[in-house]
Amino acid sequence: MQIQQLKLARVLVRNRSGYGLMSPYFVFFLFFVAYPLLFSLVLVFNRWAIVGPLQWVGLGNFREMLGDGLFWKAMGNTLLFISIHIPLQIVVALVLALVLNRRLLVRGFFRAAFFLPVVVSGVAVTILWKQFYGTDIGLFNRLLSHIGIDRIPWITSPHWAMPSIAIMATWKNVGLYIIIFLAGLQGVPRTLYEAAEIDGANSWQKFRFITVPAINPAMVMVVILSTINGFNLFIEPYVMTGGGPMHSTLSGVLYVYKQAFNFFRMGYAATIGFSIAAIIMIVVLIQRKLFEHEDN
Amino acid sequence: MRPVLKKTLMYVLLFAAALIFLYPFAWMLAASARPEAEAMNMGLGASRYSLDNYKMMMDRIPIFRSLLNSIIVSVVSTVSVLVLCSMTGYALSRLRFPGRELVFGIILFTMMIPFQITLIPLYVLMVKLRLTDTYAALIVPFVMSPFAILLFRQFFLQIPRDLIDAARIDGLGDLGILFRVFWPLSRPAIITVGIVHFMGIWNEVLWPIIVVRKEALMTMPQMVTLFEVGGQAENLIAVKLAAASLMTIPIVLVYLVLQRYFIESMATTGLKG
Repeated sequence: MQIQQLKLARVLVRNRSGYGLMSPYFVFFLFFVAYPLLFSLVLVFNRWAIVGPLQWVGLGNFREMLGDGLFWKAMGNTLLFISIHIPLQIVVALVLALVLNRRLLVRGFFRAAFFLPVVVSGVAVTILWKQFYGTDIGLFNRLLSHIGIDRIPWITSPHWAMPSIAIMATWKNVGLYIIIFLAGLQGVPRTLYEAAEIDGANSWQKFRFITVPAINPAMVMVVILSTINGFNLFIEPYVMTGGGPMHSTLSGVLYVYKQAFNFFRMGYAATIGFSIAAIIMIVVLIQRKLFEHEDN
Repeated sequence: MRPVLKKTLMYVLLFAAALIFLYPFAWMLAASARPEAEAMNMGLGASRYSLDNYKMMMDRIPIFRSLLNSIIVSVVSTVSVLVLCSMTGYALSRLRFPGRELVFGIILFTMMIPFQITLIPLYVLMVKLRLTDTYAALIVPFVMSPFAILLFRQFFLQIPRDLIDAARIDGLGDLGILFRVFWPLSRPAIITVGIVHFMGIWNEVLWPIIVVRKEALMTMPQMVTLFEVGGQAENLIAVKLAAASLMTIPIVLVYLVLQRYFIESMATTGLKG
């Protein structure tokens, strides 16, 4: 025993520089990574209101969640958000990136302009867009009335509210994806296009067989980041609609927040958070597999 | 299509797009500076511009206190990430010690953990440590970040060995080598980590809402969020937009100066912070 301790001490002393420099991370890891992860495993099996003792419920939280209409509503909303957000994001970002990839005057200006909403706080953007989306005096409906289109209940109808938030999120984030696509496009050698032209390829063929494969890694990144965005959705519905109307914009994180801080159900909130995290990891894994498969 | 026509079309598309991204901000600033009755005008004009809406907002919420809080929290957390994560990145890339690869694997793994899983337990930890309603609660969980460690590690791996050997001969220890030799060579890594982390903390709302209830400690996005959803702004659109504008102006000013770095940093990491 003593010899082992001595050995350990010798290893520590000999590597004191390495362990010394690593020690802040070890402390950080213990407190803010390992403890929360382990404690989440405790929480999901218990009922707890922060005050008072933990109450063991076994798989009760998971059973409740599977029968909880609002949890499934939140997941359905997330799916709806993602299925609008991702295609919209890809089309807009790709078109603008393709145009920006040409030799242009003031390219830097356009790049900076498209990127501006990315750096601005989501709270400010949501407050701003709330004024655009108003049903009666909102800017969009007044613009639409000029061209004879009827008022759209952007955020007052359960059918429109989530798509409206997805459109806003696309406007806010697309600048980042433009840059990611642009980086992918700039990696394609010009000689490849020239060679294709000599072989008589038209614009579509050049796009399909040179551009699309070249930006596949960028595409994977955009799809994964947009997916994670969808699952992380919180402040936009919180500020824009509070999760309504009729829970149509309730997001996973918003539901975790409500369970934890409106109803003080820490165990149940942790269970939902745990499950969403698991869903994210599975979805991202599947997306990776799908795209990497296409790559081969 | 004729090339000239094609080029013209492209510029039309680009300018239309730029208008779509820029006009809302111009409108927000204009609306925040005009009388409430004109706030919802489509254009940027006004019968008169004034700072009345800003004054009214300042009467209702301590907005500048929240700006100061945001600066304190973001700066302390970012400096800490730069110092501590560069230390970790240095150890992982340039020093040998038993368990190094294991630790590296763990850090890679922690990067993939969605925050939804740790959110509630982390809040519980803050309660247990009696840190809720303190600056510490806003800063401490963000004093390090796995992404920053990885970025520093990658960057430090490219620095030639000779430089370290030379520095050792000059009698520098590891901390000396890190801060006096590596740091001056690592401007791109420092800028990237700095911007991405700063932006992430600056724009964070969920965590402050959870751990801070005292008005004096609230960060700016949190205060503006509560101003909007808590009813203090009533239905005064121009005042709400003044709050949104005041939150937008500082970051846009920084962005205008460091634009290139912002775009490069966030695009290479794929993080919006």
